[in-house]
Amino acid sequence: MSQPSNLPRWATLWLMPVLNLFAALLVSGLVITLIGEDPVECLQLMINGAFGYPEGIGYTLFYTTSFIFTGLAVAAAFHAGLFNIGGEGQMYLAGLGVTLVCLGLDFLPGWVVIPLALLASMVFGAAWAFIPGYLQAKRGSHIVVTTIMFNFIASALMTWLLVDKLIMPGSQTPATRLFAESAWIPMLHELAANLGIELPQTPLNATFFLALISLVVFYLMVWRSRWGYALRTVGLNEKAARYAGMPVSKVIIVAMCFSGALAGLAAVNELLGSTHRMNLAFTNGIGFVGIAVALMGRNHPFGILLSALLFGALTQGGLDLSFEKPAITHEMIILTQGLIILFCGALENLFQTPLALAFKQMTKR
Amino acid sequence: MDSFFSVLDATIRVATPLVLAALAGLFSERSGIVDLALEGKMLAAAFAAACVAYMMQSPWAGLAAGMAAGVMVALLHGIVSIGYNGNQLISGVALNMMVSGLTPVLALAWFQQGGRTPTLDDAARFRSIELPFADAIATSAPLKALFGHNILVYLALLVIVVVSWVVYKSRFGLRLRAVGENPHAADAAGINVKLVRYLAQSISGALCGVAGAYLVLAQTGAFIQDMTAGKGYLALAALIFGKWRPWAAVSGCLLFAFTDAIQIRLQGSALPLIGSIPDAFIQAIPYVLTVVLLAGFMGKAVAPKAIGVPFVKSR
Repeated sequence: MSQPSNLPRWATLWLMPVLNLFAALLVSGLVITLIGEDPVECLQLMINGAFGYPEGIGYTLFYTTSFIFTGLAVAAAFHAGLFNIGGEGQMYLAGLGVTLVCLGLDFLPGWVVIPLALLASMVFGAAWAFIPGYLQAKRGSHIVVTTIMFNFIASALMTWLLVDKLIMPGSQTPATRLFAESAWIPMLHELAANLGIELPQTPLNATFFLALISLVVFYLMVWRSRWGYALRTVGLNEKAARYAGMPVSKVIIVAMCFSGALAGLAAVNELLGSTHRMNLAFTNGIGFVGIAVALMGRNHPFGILLSALLFGALTQGGLDLSFEKPAITHEMIILTQGLIILFCGALENLFQTPLALAFKQMTKR
Repeated sequence: MDSFFSVLDATIRVATPLVLAALAGLFSERSGIVDLALEGKMLAAAFAAACVAYMMQSPWAGLAAGMAAGVMVALLHGIVSIGYNGNQLISGVALNMMVSGLTPVLALAWFQQGGRTPTLDDAARFRSIELPFADAIATSAPLKALFGHNILVYLALLVIVVVSWVVYKSRFGLRLRAVGENPHAADAAGINVKLVRYLAQSISGALCGVAGAYLVLAQTGAFIQDMTAGKGYLALAALIFGKWRPWAAVSGCLLFAFTDAIQIRLQGSALPLIGSIPDAFIQAIPYVLTVVLLAGFMGKAVAPKAIGVPFVKSR
């Protein structure tokens, strides 16, 4: 995706994403001005909402957790040269895995149910990504179209299951019963209370640590393992990889499964960490935000951590902002996310030529 | 028999925007630009059509505004994909998200009705056209299914004929297909690749504009948040299903619209032998069919060769 650049490395890695982000925020600011609000005041309210008080920080980190998983999922596929738009559907199906384990086995103690649910989320997410991966590798069908179709199929399937099969008996709203408390992943404020520290009540839970571990594991797998080397080679040059004797089809399929499993873990954060039951809307676009997170974070775990934090802050700050300013709804955040994807993903080289010129001028002197 | 015609009637109604959007996608993709932005183009058009038709009290003004909005989104997609050689897939996804976010924000700011626009009066909508034997049409199901539609439906029919002529028989169509298959050869033959691609984007935007305007001016009568509800992707599926050919893509749209029309009829009723089918299964049919086709189990769908690859002029 990236083109050879004659910019210093730090400028490509840091300056350009920041400039792109700034451009996206500028356009958002213009829209806010257009509807008659003050963008600077809104930015202040958002930052305050996301980081200004302990509860806000808790929510920001809770959203960050899910975004780390879906961001890593998109990045895993990107490294193999695949654009996985199916994170939303994979997360949806992973939620089914979690739910089936919890509905069936939540009479067991937590140390049995929770690992099983984690495993189920990864297996279900991976399975839903396996089919598009297999079709891409073996039958040559385009991964983007198949994963889009799989999002719709997942949504139809889950609506049917929730409305007809998994719904709590006697209830009208399409949601499952509450899982037994043994299956709940401990909240951070509960853990802190055990240590004698008082934290505000937020949905931030132990899955956050799992997300941090995943970042490290992702780094080790992609950059420090033989498999990761094959993965990146296939992504950079499939023909070269084939010529070097790498099993290209297998690498593609495994990459998609890896991607789906990561997307699946986001369902754990939402279902076992926060809602403790499955409803129709639990994915809520988190899979799509993963695309923005990966693009902004340049597919590197450290970048993904920072950009997931940015999007977590956008989500939480945006929610707070919409309480203060009713004209600025959640959709404003969706617009901003779209702009960030556009500027950081598709127009990533927008500032390359002017920057390259500027650097040339500077080195001349 | 009457139920057959009422299904036909519903199929035509549902198929019209799909057909327009699929043909829009055909222009874009045949020129070598992946068009995931169909959804965003339609949604922007629906919003513009609703606003302008409401303010001017005229469906034609709404239609023009819809087409203009569609072209604007298309040109944005063009600037990113053709001008800056950006990733076309990402551009499409980004534009869809942007439009899906921007439209309700503007609707709320301008009309204070929670992300939707005010309902249009009859004068600002496209109604079934008035024919001399209108009474006969209203009472007879077969006649209603064939002649009881609004003008945009017949316009769409005309568009199909024109598009298939343009793509296969006109000079522009030849150039369009050439830049989508082998832009470097086209370039060597003196064709301005980027210009042809920009033109294809504009046509795609205009057609999506009609499709989006149809949703508001002929169906709902107001803009509703995310009202396209995946129709752009469905049209894209139909285009692929039709192997990037106009008439085959139209057949795909009709098939998908038919599944939608029977789904409403089948709701809750049991079929012989199979029993009752959950709605969700029928909803999923178009997507499953597209996956199966793409996997090469129903003939091979071969995309335009240069699709998705930015054109960089060789020296």
